[in-house]
Amino acid sequence: MSDRASPLADAATATAALEPIAPDAVPEAAGAPPPPQAGAASGRRAWLLTDAPASRSQAAWGRRYQAWLAFRRNPLAMAGLGVILIMLLLILLAPLLATHDPGIQELGNRLAAPSAAHWLGTDELGRDVWSRLLYGGRITLGMVVAVVLLVAPVGLLVGCVAGYAGGLWDRLLMRVTDVFLAFPRLILALAFVAAMGPGVESAVIAIALTAWPPYARLARAETLTIRRTDYVAAARMTGASPARVVLRHVLPMCLPSLVVRVTLDMSSIILTAAGLGFLGLGAQPPLPEWGTMIATARRFILEQWWVAVMPGIAIFAASLAFNLLGDGLRDVLDPKQR
Amino acid sequence: MSAPNLPGEPLVAVRNLHVDFPSATGVTQAVRGVSFAIGREKLGIVGESGSGKSVTGRALMGLLPGSATVRADVLRFGTTDILHASEREMRTLRGGRIGLILQDPKYSLNPVMTAGAQIAEALRAHSRLGRREARDAALAALEAVQIRDPRRVADAYPHELSGGMGQRVMIAMMLAPNPELLIADEPTSALDASVQAEILRLIEELVDRRGMALMLISHDLPLVSRFCDRVAVLYAGQVMEELPAADLHRATHAYTRGLLECLPSLDHKRERLATLRRDPSWLAPHA
Amino acid sequence: MKARLGALAATAASIPIILFGLVLVTFFIGRVVPIDPVLAVVGDRAPADVVARARLELGLDQPLYAQFWRYLTDILTGNLGRSVMTSNPVWEDIARYFPATFELATLAIIVAAILGIGLGVLAATRQGSWVDQVVRVFCLAGHSLPVFVLALVSLLVFYAWLGWLPGPGRQGIVFQDMVETRTGLMTLDAALAGDWPAFQDAVAHLIQPAGVLSFFSLAYIARMTRAFMLAELRSEYVTTARAKGLSWPRIVWRHAFRNTLVPLVTVIFLTYAGLLEGAVLTETIFAWPGLGQYLTVSLLNADMNAVLGATLVVGLIYVVLNLLADLLYRLLDPRTR
Repeated sequence: MSDRASPLADAATATAALEPIAPDAVPEAAGAPPPPQAGAASGRRAWLLTDAPASRSQAAWGRRYQAWLAFRRNPLAMAGLGVILIMLLLILLAPLLATHDPGIQELGNRLAAPSAAHWLGTDELGRDVWSRLLYGGRITLGMVVAVVLLVAPVGLLVGCVAGYAGGLWDRLLMRVTDVFLAFPRLILALAFVAAMGPGVESAVIAIALTAWPPYARLARAETLTIRRTDYVAAARMTGASPARVVLRHVLPMCLPSLVVRVTLDMSSIILTAAGLGFLGLGAQPPLPEWGTMIATARRFILEQWWVAVMPGIAIFAASLAFNLLGDGLRDVLDPKQR
Repeated sequence: MSAPNLPGEPLVAVRNLHVDFPSATGVTQAVRGVSFAIGREKLGIVGESGSGKSVTGRALMGLLPGSATVRADVLRFGTTDILHASEREMRTLRGGRIGLILQDPKYSLNPVMTAGAQIAEALRAHSRLGRREARDAALAALEAVQIRDPRRVADAYPHELSGGMGQRVMIAMMLAPNPELLIADEPTSALDASVQAEILRLIEELVDRRGMALMLISHDLPLVSRFCDRVAVLYAGQVMEELPAADLHRATHAYTRGLLECLPSLDHKRERLATLRRDPSWLAPHA
Repeated sequence: MKARLGALAATAASIPIILFGLVLVTFFIGRVVPIDPVLAVVGDRAPADVVARARLELGLDQPLYAQFWRYLTDILTGNLGRSVMTSNPVWEDIARYFPATFELATLAIIVAAILGIGLGVLAATRQGSWVDQVVRVFCLAGHSLPVFVLALVSLLVFYAWLGWLPGPGRQGIVFQDMVETRTGLMTLDAALAGDWPAFQDAVAHLIQPAGVLSFFSLAYIARMTRAFMLAELRSEYVTTARAKGLSWPRIVWRHAFRNTLVPLVTVIFLTYAGLLEGAVLTETIFAWPGLGQYLTVSLLNADMNAVLGATLVVGLIYVVLNLLADLLYRLLDPRTR
C-alpha cells in the first residue's frame, strides 16, 4: 500500500499498524523484562499498552505485547504454536513417555496392530512404533534445527554484506545464489548426499547447502531498502564503521522477515529431510528417523498400513504446525510480505 | 435526458446517513448523521482526511466494502432507494447514472488494458453497442475531453500516459455513458499544480454543458468554493456547516472560520499564520 | 522496443553464466565423491595396468582445471559419460526416461493450474467466508503433506481398498510392449496407434501418480492466486471497474485476474520445474520409469555419471523454464514492453 489517501484508510482510523522496530531500540531492550508492577496483571497490561512509554525498553516491550495480542487473535497460528510446543515436550520427555526401548526387537510380535501394549502397533522387526516415533522426532526435528542454525546466519550475513557493499561483491554473491537456485532443492541435496555418502550429517550439510540462497536473497533485498534510510546515513555520518553499521543497524532490521521466512521454511526442510530418509539417503536404519521408518514400512503398506502411516502423520503434523505458525507470524511481524 | 426522477425533488437526497466500519478496537464511525441534497448543481464536500467525505460519496454508489454498515433515513438517487436497491439496479446506477472520478489515474486505471478498451467497456456496460461502435464512441469521448490525438491515446496503456492525460481518460470514461451525477473524489490532488486548474476547468465545462450535477470532494476549501455552487463542510463524520460558496466569507461555524483563517493570503498582510484550534464540542453528535 | 530487447538480452546473457555454474557444481560434487571413478569403470578386481590405463583415459592424472575443461567440453558436445549401471551413454538413458516424467509432470501441472487458480480466485472473492477458510487450510495442508506419504495413502485407498485405479507401473502387463514407441508419451503413443484399450490403460495408470504429484503444486498455486487476487481486488482500478457498473464476474476475471496472471505465470512455471523434485519421490513409489526413478536408482548404485548427468539436465530444464516464464511475463505485462 502506498501512502496515498485511500478511501478506507481515510475513514477507519489505522489501528495498531505495527511499525518496524526501530533499530536502536532493539538490542538494549532485549532481555530486560518489564519491571515488576505494584498492581497485578492489569497494572502490567496498562504499563505495556500505554500511549506514552517512559523508556525505550517500555516501548519495545509494549510493541512486543501488541504483536502477541495480534498473534493470539489468530486461532490457526495458535494451534500451530500449540502443536509445536507439544511435540517439543514429547521428544524432550521421550525417555519418560516411551513404553518400550525403540531398538528392542520382538520378532514374535511383528507388524502387530495397535493395542494396549503397543499403542501404535509394532514394525517389521516387532519394535514399538510409538516409542520409535518419540525418539525419531529427536532425529528429524534435530536435523531441521541443525539446518536452520547453519543456514540462517550464513544467508543473513551473505545477503547483508552483498546488499550493503554492492558493486562487484554483490554481483558475485548473487550469481552464486542464482546457480544454487537453479536446482530443485531435493535434487541438489540428492547429488550432494550421493557424493558424501548417506547419513544424518551429510543430509544436514546437503540440505543446508541448498537452503541458504533464499535467505541471502531476502536479507539482500531488505538491506538494499535499509541502506537508503536516513538513520543509516546518520550512523555513517557519526563515523560508524561499515561492520558496525551492518551488525548494529542493518542486521537487526532484517530479523523479523528472516524469522518469518525460517518458520515457513521449516516445513519444507522437514519434508526434504524426511524425503532423503525415505529414499534411504538420510538417517540409516535402525535409527528411527520418521522418513526412514516409512521407507522400511512401505513394503507393508497394503496390509499393515499403520506402520507407514503413523510416521507419515507425524511428519505432516510437524510440517503443518510450522506452516500455521509461520503464516500467523508473517501477519504480525511482516505485514508488507503478505 | 428523461431519467426517472421525482418531480420537484432534488436528484440526490441524503438524510441522517451513518456509516460504521468494524475495526480491531470496536467500531469506527466514519459518517455520523450526514444530510444533504443535490439538484442540478455543483456541491462541494470539504473536509480533512478521515472526515468521512469519500465514504459519503461511495455510499451513494454502493461501493463500500461488505464489512461496512450503512444506515440512513433517506439515501436516494432519482427514484432509486440505494439502501434497498438490488445489485442489478445498482449496476445500472453505477457508471450509467453516476460517474466516479478517483484521485490518481496511475492507480485508478487498469494497467493491463488500453485506455480505449477501458472506455469502450464502460460504454458497453450500459448500452448495446458493437465492438466497432464502442471503439468509435470511445474515440469521440476522448475528443470530448480535448485530447488532440485520440487514436494514439486510445491505444496507449495507462503507464504510457501522463497524469493529466490519464485523468482526462478517466473523465472521458466516466462521462461517456452520459451520467446525471459526477462524483469527483479529489480529482486533482495527485496532479501537478499546472495541470490541476486545467482538469478542474474541463470538469466544470463538461458538467455545465451537459446540465449534470457534480459532487466535488476535496480537502481544498478555496478550490471548492471557486468551482462549486454550494459547500458542505465535514468534520469527524458530521456536517459542520452548509452554505452557498459565494457566502463562504460569511461562514459562522468556528471550524470553517478556522480553516479560512489559516490560509495565507496575497492581499492581506498577516503577522503570523493562525493554526486551527480544534474544539472538542465539534465532535459531539448533532441532534 | 529497445528497452524490451535490452532486458531480454540481459536475461539471456545470464543463462550461460548460470549454466556454467551448474556444470561447476556438478563437477565439484563429482570430485568430492569418495568412490574412485576408475574403479567404477573397470571394477575393483582389474589388474593394476588396466587401472592405470583407465586413469590416463579419464584424464585423472591431469591438474584439476584441465579435468574441468575436459568435463566442460564433453558436456558441450553432448557427452555426459557412460552409466555404469546400464552401460549406455547417460545421454541416451536420459532421453529414454525423460518422456515418462514429462507426461506425468505436464498432466500434473495442468490439473494443478486449473484447480489451483479456481480455488484461489474462489477464496479471494469470498475473503473471510467459510469457503475461504476451507481453502486456506487446504492449501496449508497440501503444502505440509509429504508427497511420498500421500502417494502411499493413495495407493492404499484407491488401489487396495477401493480398487478404482490400477497399482504401480505405467501400463498393465497385457499391454507391455504392445504399442509402438513414437513420442515416448504412453497416452499419446496409444492414441496415435489407435489402440483404444491401451490408451485407457495408460490413462488409468497415469491418474494416480499425476494426481498425487499435482497436489502439492495445486495447494501452492491456489495459495499464491488467493494472495495475488486479494491484492488486486483491493486496488483502485477495481473500484473504477465497479463504478463503471461492470458485472462482478467481469471485474473478477477481466480486471483483477488479468492483472494477477502476470505474476502467476512465473509461479506456475516455477511450480512446473518444482514438480521434477516431487517426481523423484512419486516415481519411486509408483514404479514410474521416469527421470526421477533413474536418478534414485543411480544414486543407490553410486552411478555418479548418471546422477550428475540427470542433475545437470534437471538444472537445465529449470533454467529454460525460468527463461520461458520471463518471456511470458514480458508478453503479459504492457509495462515491461
